[in-house]
Amino acid sequence: MGNQKLTPLPLTEEKTTYEKIAGSKEFKHMVKTKNKFLVPLSIFFLLFYFSLPLLTSYSTILNKPAIGSISWVWVFAFAQFIMTWSLSMIYVKKANQFDQMSDDILSDFQVERKGD
Amino acid sequence: MSIIGLAFFVGIVGLTLVVTYFAAKRTNTASEFYTAGGGLTGWQNGLAIAGDYLSAASFLGIAGAIALNGFDGFFFSIGYLVAYLVVLYLVAEPLRNLGKYTLADMINARFDQKKIRATAALSTITIVIFYMIAQLVGAGALIQLLLGIDYWIAVLIVGVMMTVYVLFGGMTATSWVQIIKAVLLMIGTVIISVLVLMKFHFNIFEMFSDMKSATSHGENYLNPGIKYKDPIDTMSITMALVFGTAGLPHILMRFFTVKDAKTARSSVIYATWIVGVFYILTIFLGFGAAAFVGADEIIAANAAGNMAAPLLAQALGGDMLMSFVSAVAFATILAVVAGLVLSGASAFAHDIYGQIIKKGQITEKQQMLAARYASISVAIFSIILALFAQKMNVAFLVSLAFCVAASANLPVILYTIYWKRFNTTGAVSAMLTGLLSALILVAISPNVLGPEGTAIFVGNPIFPLTNPAIVSIPAGFLAGYIGTVLSAKADARKFAEVSVKANTGFKG
Repeated sequence: MGNQKLTPLPLTEEKTTYEKIAGSKEFKHMVKTKNKFLVPLSIFFLLFYFSLPLLTSYSTILNKPAIGSISWVWVFAFAQFIMTWSLSMIYVKKANQFDQMSDDILSDFQVERKGD
Repeated sequence: MSIIGLAFFVGIVGLTLVVTYFAAKRTNTASEFYTAGGGLTGWQNGLAIAGDYLSAASFLGIAGAIALNGFDGFFFSIGYLVAYLVVLYLVAEPLRNLGKYTLADMINARFDQKKIRATAALSTITIVIFYMIAQLVGAGALIQLLLGIDYWIAVLIVGVMMTVYVLFGGMTATSWVQIIKAVLLMIGTVIISVLVLMKFHFNIFEMFSDMKSATSHGENYLNPGIKYKDPIDTMSITMALVFGTAGLPHILMRFFTVKDAKTARSSVIYATWIVGVFYILTIFLGFGAAAFVGADEIIAANAAGNMAAPLLAQALGGDMLMSFVSAVAFATILAVVAGLVLSGASAFAHDIYGQIIKKGQITEKQQMLAARYASISVAIFSIILALFAQKMNVAFLVSLAFCVAASANLPVILYTIYWKRFNTTGAVSAMLTGLLSALILVAISPNVLGPEGTAIFVGNPIFPLTNPAIVSIPAGFLAGYIGTVLSAKADARKFAEVSVKANTGFKG
């Protein structure tokens, strides 16, 4: 297809722009910073999410009243909503910083991000 | 069916046809057909994502599930919402940066091989077909109930409408139908919720305390455990919900309809707020239906509880509100099936025909023709299947689609983006194992084999869980790992390319 942009693999040992960027200190630093943010939070929200069915399946502790007539299970369920909203806002804030980092890297290598 | 009711139906259908007419003028290239030319803004795409999400299963299904099963029904709301974080944190941006139209594009950005593309297209088509049959069967039953027409006519009406949207208006029409429906659905849900709250004097504590005596479950109605009693089954269902979304083709396709990763991100935020508020409101829909319609009447209308929301609308707002809500539910089904036709067609026309058979040597005009033929074929095929599937349980079909999406697509997506050592053999084994294990385990589960009247065939289930996600998702990951380590080394050069593209959006 005409408009697909695939860089053919060069036969020589010369490095592609991708490899040069991937090998650079700045890129490695960005990926590391990203993962430091993404991995712990992903583990956190999955644990938080699965702790709800785990607690309801193996205990009745959440059936105790929390606020007036509302029991803990509803409070915990609502907390899942708060968590989702908060973490998505945090993500956008962080992602904008990563955009800045990747813009800097691309301009260091004098390449432009192209749309498709 | 009253005059007002008919007016709502005709009004909404008319509006979507006007949208399709204008969209058709802007649908001339393959990119415009599949992704609206990437021209949607953040809030438009956000509403469209919310629309894709709030399918008939969400609106009619969850309201009914909460009405009948109390807290256990709310598990669906929580699972579908938290699934957004999986999409946002792990999948959305790399997918957007690597792909073009389809999931297969993204995996092929790393492994440029026909068998990979073919396998990815196969799993996409499988998911689309199951999900589509579920929506069509649900639509048929709903319209049959609301308009009093035969099931097969109802399915044909929906089938023809979805084909018209996609065929003429492509992704632009599909998106706008989705946006209109999302707005109408939110309006309807807010109105019903306010009416429910009014009955409880705008006091949430009063509502919860009244609900303890409003149903035959007594105080247990507000506690988990009415429906999901087996812990492993509960875990398996909640896994399918949270991981399935990130593998659903018609949701993933929504990340290509905007101009860049930044817009994709902002559209997810809009969607998270809209969908989150909607899912909170499902509590009011469910409680309201349980208290003011009653379980007996809900079950009498539809055993799975799908009519809870329209019945509640009638109880609180009379025929007028019931007609509005029913028309919105109809629009919901139309919009979701149109999105499904489009993602099924992209797998056939773009992946299988354009890239595999024609090896990418295909003109713009041929692409459009292929896309339109594929849309018609997918639509006709689904309509025929839906006509035979009238008696199948809708919730079962939807959970099957989620399970296949989570098991076949999610492992390969995550490995492709994040694992350097991953290779072709790993990708094919992950997808096939996830797909086949999900399908086979369902085929021998209590949904298919069970006592007379509870399943498709009479017999003893060989596999005990109603949803196999807890086995099939790890199986997909494991197969990807084993396939990779047992075969040749990966191409480090290619991973460098994928990693740079995924993280920066740079396309050389």
